[in-house]
Amino acid sequence: MGKLGKITRRVFLVGAVAVTGGVAVGAYAVTRDPKNPLKPDEGASLNSYVIIDQDGVTVIVPRAEMGQGVQTSLAALVAEELEVPMDMVRVEHGPPAKAYANNKFLLPRGYDAEPPMKMVNTVMEAMPRMLGMQITGGSMSTVDAWDKNRIAGAAAREMLISAAAERLGVGRDQLRAENGAIVATDGTRLPYAELAEAAATMTPPDNPPLKDPADWKLIGKPLPKLDQPAKATGTAPFGIDTRADGMKFATVKMAPRIEGEMVSYDASEAEGMAGVEKIIDLGDGVAVVASNTWLAIQAAEAIRFEWGPAPYGATTDEIFADLEAAFDTEPNITPHDHGEVTESDDDLVAEYRAPFLSHAPMEPMNATALYTGDRLEIWAGVQGPIITQQQAAEAVGLKQDQVTLHTTIMGGSFGRRGFNEYAIYAARVAKEMEGTPVNVTWSREEDMRHDHYRPGAIARMRGRLDGDRIDTFKADLSAASVMRATMKAFMGIDRQTADAMITEGVAEQPYGFPNVLIRGYVPERTPRVGFWRSVGNSQNAFFMESFIDELAHKAGADPLAFRLAHIEGTDAETAEVLRTVRDMANWTGETPEGKGRGVAVTYSFGTPVAEIIEVSDQDGAVKIDKVWIAADLGKIVDPGNVEAQLISGAIYGLSAAMLEEITFEDGKVVEGNFWDHDALRMNNTPDFEVTALALGGAVGGVGEPGTPPAAAALANAIYDLNGTRLRRMPFRHDIDFVT
Amino acid sequence: MSYKITVNGTSYDVDLPGEVPLLWVLRDELGLTGTKFGCGVAACGACTVQVDGIAQRSCQLPLDAVEGAVTTIEGVGTPDNMAAIQKAWVDHNVAQCGYCQSGQIMQAAALLAENPDPTDQDIDDAMYGNLCRCGTYPRIRAAIHSAADAMKEA
Repeated sequence: MGKLGKITRRVFLVGAVAVTGGVAVGAYAVTRDPKNPLKPDEGASLNSYVIIDQDGVTVIVPRAEMGQGVQTSLAALVAEELEVPMDMVRVEHGPPAKAYANNKFLLPRGYDAEPPMKMVNTVMEAMPRMLGMQITGGSMSTVDAWDKNRIAGAAAREMLISAAAERLGVGRDQLRAENGAIVATDGTRLPYAELAEAAATMTPPDNPPLKDPADWKLIGKPLPKLDQPAKATGTAPFGIDTRADGMKFATVKMAPRIEGEMVSYDASEAEGMAGVEKIIDLGDGVAVVASNTWLAIQAAEAIRFEWGPAPYGATTDEIFADLEAAFDTEPNITPHDHGEVTESDDDLVAEYRAPFLSHAPMEPMNATALYTGDRLEIWAGVQGPIITQQQAAEAVGLKQDQVTLHTTIMGGSFGRRGFNEYAIYAARVAKEMEGTPVNVTWSREEDMRHDHYRPGAIARMRGRLDGDRIDTFKADLSAASVMRATMKAFMGIDRQTADAMITEGVAEQPYGFPNVLIRGYVPERTPRVGFWRSVGNSQNAFFMESFIDELAHKAGADPLAFRLAHIEGTDAETAEVLRTVRDMANWTGETPEGKGRGVAVTYSFGTPVAEIIEVSDQDGAVKIDKVWIAADLGKIVDPGNVEAQLISGAIYGLSAAMLEEITFEDGKVVEGNFWDHDALRMNNTPDFEVTALALGGAVGGVGEPGTPPAAAALANAIYDLNGTRLRRMPFRHDIDFVT
Repeated sequence: MSYKITVNGTSYDVDLPGEVPLLWVLRDELGLTGTKFGCGVAACGACTVQVDGIAQRSCQLPLDAVEGAVTTIEGVGTPDNMAAIQKAWVDHNVAQCGYCQSGQIMQAAALLAENPDPTDQDIDDAMYGNLCRCGTYPRIRAAIHSAADAMKEA
């Protein structure tokens, strides 16, 4: 038991997983040096995934479930090799641990990414673990897990076979894994539960054999998602649902000029209000602790504040003036500079704009914390559990190992919960309420007005045709740096570094321009920004694919054929995706009066996605009738989930394109709720048809890449419908939509 | 002052100010967390419950105005004993993040009780007030049609 005890202590007892009576199988390499940077795929990250007990198999899925289906998809990768049916599988998120770093997070994966260079690749895969980058993001969960989880499942399977071989005194070749048991050729059947403890003492195989894809029972088939019964019955435990004996309920009221100063406040009226227990000065705002969340929110509204000025432009106009001024500074990044880019009077020139955006996930920001002097326990939906544990410890003056973090499921995120200040606030509130668990929930207004916004952006595009081909392409893009915001939030470093997120979506697109110059510019000051589903691609694909459309029309070419002609010689998968969506929609380039069609294609997160949108005119208002989506995932774990994610991504992108913007007045965000930051709803959601290809390349992400092409495909469809070229979002400023 | 309300067939005495919305009585006082807080202003439908079978936004229903039997998602069915509409949600893998789905199901259940065979237009008219940021609307629509079929056969 020595080895097992050590593994159990190190991996599980410190964390959130209840493993009563369970045995961790395949966790062997936790005993190896967890800092070894050159063996990432054989190191600790492979091994802490499988627990077997009398009730079945628990698979650790150390990625945050926010609706992308990761707790089913990643568990299925383990279950496939472990030969267990999904109804025997339970999923736990597991504790924060470097073993669960997202190893692929830093790897390049453009359409033209070089085949992995062994040394560099290995180092880049080891880095996230060294840095404690247990991150859910970048549409990277399945990418990271594709090999790792299958190897973890296969290693556990081989150890179970070895244990059965010893038990039965037969050769391993007499045994096979099947349906949660090891079965011998004579029919003897040993359930995993009976073998687990012995299996955990077996020497783990370094290179367990992986199944032939032809034998896959789960991968590639639509899976029943494990979280559905709980989510259909109101029993799924979101962070906001955390409850404990003696719990109090709190809310925060933070500086409305984000990261501005709180000069003073007067809480005398609030202190006497029903249910109020305590008002806590947080420095840049206050928390109100009460017996009930609603009473806390009422009291918070009764506090009178004096706030300092905004550390950024006070109005939307001022903020965009800063973005314009950034074009006169040195570029932050120049991802493409090939050939010779000159200017001529024949060039097509256009400027596009995108607004700031809120994520507005359905579950407002919240976290629960309990501080007991030498311990802090937090329940929070965060995309970065290790960094949250570190920052919470620092905020309350404890060491990291004195903080237990339970990563809850999330009521949406779309990148919002990549930042974690709501969890840190909760920790600080809990410290002032020692011994009492406190659930700190933000009002919707507080959530929408204290987001880490999708940066507003300006694009200045220039293109020149040579016949029906693009000869020269130039794009200057100005937007606040999400990289800078990230380093400020997590490393305390506030300075510019080259940020590929400024240009992604215009850069790294497989058009094969002979002469190209793409540059990104960053304003010196900005409202707080962050990762918004597909990040830079979310605005840049709109700029790019609208402008390509403009060039196609200038060339007198069919917009889809025009794209295909450029892409075919550069990236086969993207070209195949375009051909697929063309055939799905029976694209002819012709549309009848009163109908319009547009196409857009974007390569992002390792996945090319093409979308065709059909719109119709309804008495002067535009209605979206149908969206066709084709994508190539390389490999597909769960086609049902892939379809859902691509549709979800497109709806998220269309909602923003048509309706959403965050504006600023007097340094404060104007929009506060779904009244003025609305999204598509049942009645204006179009029909969808999706084809997800698996052309066999590296597995691509799926949570984000459905979003980028949506806005441009819609804009291009509206141009086809009525000749209106939309160069700013949201389109509702220029177009009436059917509601 | 104490108020008496009936939720999922159980009677409760609630000692809270009368203006506290039913949503926060359910969630913070009774521990019935299946009903969700999304907006607080009846703009998203996440807090939808039924009062005497009528779908209502519990964030806009003060405790002292609750008249009738309240049904929440917990009263519709449990993971081990799901109602037909919940089974339809599971069969279609409707939920992504799942946060809005309690409200969606309560709204859809009220629709089906009144209209056992809704058209797509009926579904639009009944469901447009229930926001889903994940965009699960196509599957919600399909699940409502499936639930309608299942309930007719039952």
